[in-house]
Amino acid sequence: MKPRTLYEKIWDAHVVERRDDGTCLIFIDRHLVHEVTSPQAFEALRLADRKVRRPELTLAVPDHNVPTTPRLAPDGTRLPIEDPQSAQQLAALERNVAEFGIRYFGATAREQGIVHVVGPEQGFSLPGTTIVCGDSHTACHGGIGALAFGIGTSEVEHVLATQTLLLKPSKTMEVRVEGDLGPGVAPKDLILHIIGVIGTAGGTGHVIEYRGKVFEEMSVEGRLTVSNMSIEGGARAGLIAPDEATFAYLKGRPFAPQGEEWEQAIAYWRMLRTDDGAAFDTSVAIDATEIEPTVTWGTSPEDAIAISGSVPDPASFADPSKQDAARASLDYMGLTPGTPMREVEIENVFIGSCTNSRIEDLRAAAEVLRGRTKHDRIKWGIVVPGSGLVKAQAEAEGLDKVFTEAGLEWREPGCSACLGMNPDKVPAGERCASTSNRNFVGRQGPGSRTHLVSPAMAAAAAVTGTLTDVRELVR
Amino acid sequence: MQALREVEGRAIPFGRKNIDTDLIIPARWLKTISREGLGQGAFEAVRTTEPDNPFDSEEFAGAPILIAGDNFGCGSSREHAAWALLDLGICVVIAPSFSDIFAGNAFKNGILTVALPQEAIDRLLEVAATDPISIDLEAQSVTTPFQDRFSFDIDPFRKHCLLEGLDEVGLTLSRDDAISSYENSLAAEKPWLTRGTGVAA
Ligand code: SF4
Repeated sequence: MKPRTLYEKIWDAHVVERRDDGTCLIFIDRHLVHEVTSPQAFEALRLADRKVRRPELTLAVPDHNVPTTPRLAPDGTRLPIEDPQSAQQLAALERNVAEFGIRYFGATAREQGIVHVVGPEQGFSLPGTTIVCGDSHTACHGGIGALAFGIGTSEVEHVLATQTLLLKPSKTMEVRVEGDLGPGVAPKDLILHIIGVIGTAGGTGHVIEYRGKVFEEMSVEGRLTVSNMSIEGGARAGLIAPDEATFAYLKGRPFAPQGEEWEQAIAYWRMLRTDDGAAFDTSVAIDATEIEPTVTWGTSPEDAIAISGSVPDPASFADPSKQDAARASLDYMGLTPGTPMREVEIENVFIGSCTNSRIEDLRAAAEVLRGRTKHDRIKWGIVVPGSGLVKAQAEAEGLDKVFTEAGLEWREPGCSACLGMNPDKVPAGERCASTSNRNFVGRQGPGSRTHLVSPAMAAAAAVTGTLTDVRELVR
Repeated sequence: MQALREVEGRAIPFGRKNIDTDLIIPARWLKTISREGLGQGAFEAVRTTEPDNPFDSEEFAGAPILIAGDNFGCGSSREHAAWALLDLGICVVIAPSFSDIFAGNAFKNGILTVALPQEAIDRLLEVAATDPISIDLEAQSVTTPFQDRFSFDIDPFRKHCLLEGLDEVGLTLSRDDAISSYENSLAAEKPWLTRGTGVAA
């Protein structure tokens, strides 16, 4: 048999039917549902009198616009959601999961959290599976070796009704990272750097497999961070081959296989690696030793630069359309070419999102903040754990105290200021050092100016009130 | 899904280029829970700032066709854009080109997207100001009362689905045997994969 890439192995295992034009009917193993992209899908099922084909392969949790302020009153009753439209979407999700018989972690459940944090944490997301969700950062689950990608509402409906999708195979791209990351350089810095190298369209039409010793030595949390942002490199999905670390991470999780079946599962997962000699359509090599803590200066994730760098001059870009885009970005960001990045003053800090809200991320931020307080310039700093379980773990370790003593707010889990759909927004014209994944115009609120950073770098910015090389604070 | 064969009626002349999905339906409308009613938010930015816009003119109320400029539907992938057009009563959009994602979303919702060269668009915009326009999907043509006739291309599969009013979900459900047999072999080979959350199916 011809050597195959990891992507090809997963794809082949999910083909229900292949059509003459190459389109395949692909079986979907796991479907994550949230309140924003699902209401019209359920509405369509109801109108056509259709059922959810495999409710047990579907898991629903509200995250996108639930408030991150307390959800329960001191007497244990549920507090109302002020925004009527958010309340309506949440109510619709509750109705739909009850009507269609879908497992649901409600807004006040301990297991509630961001879909992409909850999936792996519950052992619902597993290696070698196909996973979809109506959110573009579904690529996150590629960190445990699942083929995972975002879909639109019509596709949500299609998966609910048929447990399949009609897809054309993607091209394969290898991002091979050589060497080790330096101390103080996080998985987030690595992925920002990678996107800076390949560009936001570099992975278009591809599924990226991240390869190299760096990933083998990286924690599962770190791998989820890397794969999460594959979409920002234009790719449909990201993949990191599952290994012993992945299995150890998943073992004993509520929906993970148990006992005899666990052994069968691992035996299968061990085969999920790219064969020697398998060919990728595109290959990119990255030298890890060159990477510094990385920040963004513009309004596209590819606008990534080392913290030691300066705001670039738009004229320095070869491509005229990139020059125009850079000018518009700098204008929006209120930055002047030549300004050292470490002199950029910050007023807001957001530590959270499906990219960086797992326990390891919170530990990294807390390590920087321990015994320190936020700079006076920081008006608003929030830490939003990725799930109720992450929150409980962090509290057990006393991390919440570290954050609140530093002057940051400790919140309830959700997407929060990643997309500013709930009340957590960055004010117009102000900057935010954010651990999220998109620095688009208006993403964190109208007029907001986002600098994407790692959790440790966000914490460092909170301490100094400017973008800062965290390695100077923690030695 | 409504079958679409022949459409005759007024066409809203809105020849602007690069109409993005945010202009078609602003982000604040994404918090809805129904496909219906989005017409109210459609082209909100145009309707609130341009008193003479065609969307609010009585003449074009309920017009089934929209004529627009190059790169229609670019920007965010929100499917609400297609729903908003449907809610306005629009089932055909004619433009020199469309964003792929919008064209896909339009098709999934039974909206026909017709790509024609800019000269044809210019002529249609002129006619649309005063007279109706006809589209015959079977014949793949757009005609006017003044003997203009423009032919357009369409993917044969999409044409078939639109003509018959077939939706993708319905088409896939007709492959139930194939899906069931895949599920059965999966249950036999990888039983650990099929339990999911354990709720009863
Ligand atoms: S945190 Fe942001 S990117 Fe992640 S699921 Fe929520 S909105 Fe999407």
